[in-house]
Amino acid sequence: MEQELLLKLKRKAADVRKNIIDAVFSAGSGHPGGSLSCADILTVLYFKHMNVNPSAPKDPDRDRFVLSKGHASPVLYSVLAEKGYIPKKDLLTFRQADSYLEGHPSLKDVPGVDMTTGSLGQGICAACGMAQMGKLDKRGYRVYAILGDGELQEGQVWEAMMYAAHYKLDNLTAFLDHNGLQIDGDITKVMSPEPVAAKFEAFGWNVIIIDGHDMNQIDNAVEKAKKTKGKPTMIVAETVKGKGVSYMENQYGWHGKAPNQEQRDKAIAEIDAYIENLGV
Amino acid sequence: MTAVTGTNWTAYDAATMTAREIYGRTLAQMGKTNEKIVGVTADLSKTTAIVHFEKAFPDRFFNVGIAEQNMMGIAAGLAKAGLIPFASTMAVFASMRAGEQVRTDIAYQNLPVKIIATHAGISFGHAGTTHHCTEDIAIMKSMANMTVICPADGIETSKAVRACIDVPGPVYIRIGRGFEPPVYESEGYNYKIGKAITMHEGTDFTIIACGIAVLQSIQAAKTLKEQDGLSVRVVNMHTIKPIDEEAILDAVKDTRRILTVEEHNIIGGLGDSVASVIAGSGKGCIFKKHGLYDEYATIGYAEDLYSHYGLDANGIIGQVRSMMGMEFEADENWEDE
Repeated sequence: MEQELLLKLKRKAADVRKNIIDAVFSAGSGHPGGSLSCADILTVLYFKHMNVNPSAPKDPDRDRFVLSKGHASPVLYSVLAEKGYIPKKDLLTFRQADSYLEGHPSLKDVPGVDMTTGSLGQGICAACGMAQMGKLDKRGYRVYAILGDGELQEGQVWEAMMYAAHYKLDNLTAFLDHNGLQIDGDITKVMSPEPVAAKFEAFGWNVIIIDGHDMNQIDNAVEKAKKTKGKPTMIVAETVKGKGVSYMENQYGWHGKAPNQEQRDKAIAEIDAYIENLGV
Repeated sequence: MTAVTGTNWTAYDAATMTAREIYGRTLAQMGKTNEKIVGVTADLSKTTAIVHFEKAFPDRFFNVGIAEQNMMGIAAGLAKAGLIPFASTMAVFASMRAGEQVRTDIAYQNLPVKIIATHAGISFGHAGTTHHCTEDIAIMKSMANMTVICPADGIETSKAVRACIDVPGPVYIRIGRGFEPPVYESEGYNYKIGKAITMHEGTDFTIIACGIAVLQSIQAAKTLKEQDGLSVRVVNMHTIKPIDEEAILDAVKDTRRILTVEEHNIIGGLGDSVASVIAGSGKGCIFKKHGLYDEYATIGYAEDLYSHYGLDANGIIGQVRSMMGMEFEADENWEDE
């Protein structure tokens, strides 16, 4: 990726992270940790790869995106706001009375949201359905989905894994946000889904392991997925829960907790310092 | 004021603790005297507060990960081995995601699995519809062998959790999420599963409520007494199945006007159970079901949503007043209805 574009994407991801912090702060609740861990992935998808147009959110030829780990709604809303689907100021209504920005994303109300998610394991199945329809319709669109690693504990995920490989859904690219933590703690202590890459391979998927915060690696993996024929691709993204905010990083306590004013200010200051360093 | 019978916490805690906190602590205390009790959860140990039992009895506790269907199957297996499993997750997952496992693995075999489901109704308001649950009473009560309980507050949750051990089969107890104000000051009252409790005496009108609606109904009754001179009976129907038919028939006979209030879809919930008893009695009665009117709730904090959907005292007062204005038909002419 060109240096100029790389810097632009890094800046965009930093803005997304600031949006996440402010949305969760103003709500007084929500899920910052797992939103920050996949912010780089969504940024590369929405600002480099996905064929989407905010002024035509229902375009039948658009690429689809399904946030199967729906509790990370702040990252999706933040990207949709940066992309121009929804007004940025609306992020501050997150989880508030009668807001359309529910704690878990609803497709009925939010332009750009392709599937209602929040009950874990269900989004990936809908993504398979969308990819299947793309094949039947012979439309060229691609379907992207993000799974949480705790989410792999839902049996339904593996039903979808089997399906996507069986029907050779090579227009489906899923990411595993492999941050290693869930509400009750370390995923390997609560209920280990490891070894994840070997499991996906055994289920018949093309598996690519990357650093989920390295934008070049994310970009290259998506390119490889596009070129892969006859198999769906699972990009196992090694990530850090709470990435970009020092005190949230690798702390499962920040799975579903809002920062207070002081913590919010510290987070924003850290991200601003990062942006200053980028020089864009 | 006395506290929930506990070991190291006070009356103040009982008044300020969530129902789920009281549940977790009650269960941890019960574990000391009943070695058959085991706990299971699906990555919601702290969230459902069963963590208190986990800490006290780590060897008798199993976190299955985010896998509710598996959790119910494992609970069934533990029960088959002679244990009394308490399974805790959010109501939406307990009643729907794992619905068939509850029905076939647990209810059909009449196993003593106690499902303590938190975040019921619209109590997790701001999380959105995926985490609301206004269908669970309907689902659970339609399963043969299942007992369905909706306690009025934390103290009653403690009473229900203790009492459900003596029910030989499965029990579903639905509780909320937040800091609902307490209805009861102490455990010093007679609680029996299947036996409704009259919270406020009255002869003009009866409100039959469960869960958070009980306190609001009592407040409504007090206001209606002061402002309208109305004598309103409030019945706490904490057990929806088996329903207390006698309490309903008494209300028909004594007051002839009945309103049900619940944090649930009006289809399939407490209201429908009460309606069946009234219809079967052959007696006429002015009746209305109040709750969520077959819709998915908007989002917001629970207290705001309760006001918005008229589940607070003001909303209930409005319902009672409109029903007091309704007349019984004196003639046989149905054309003018």
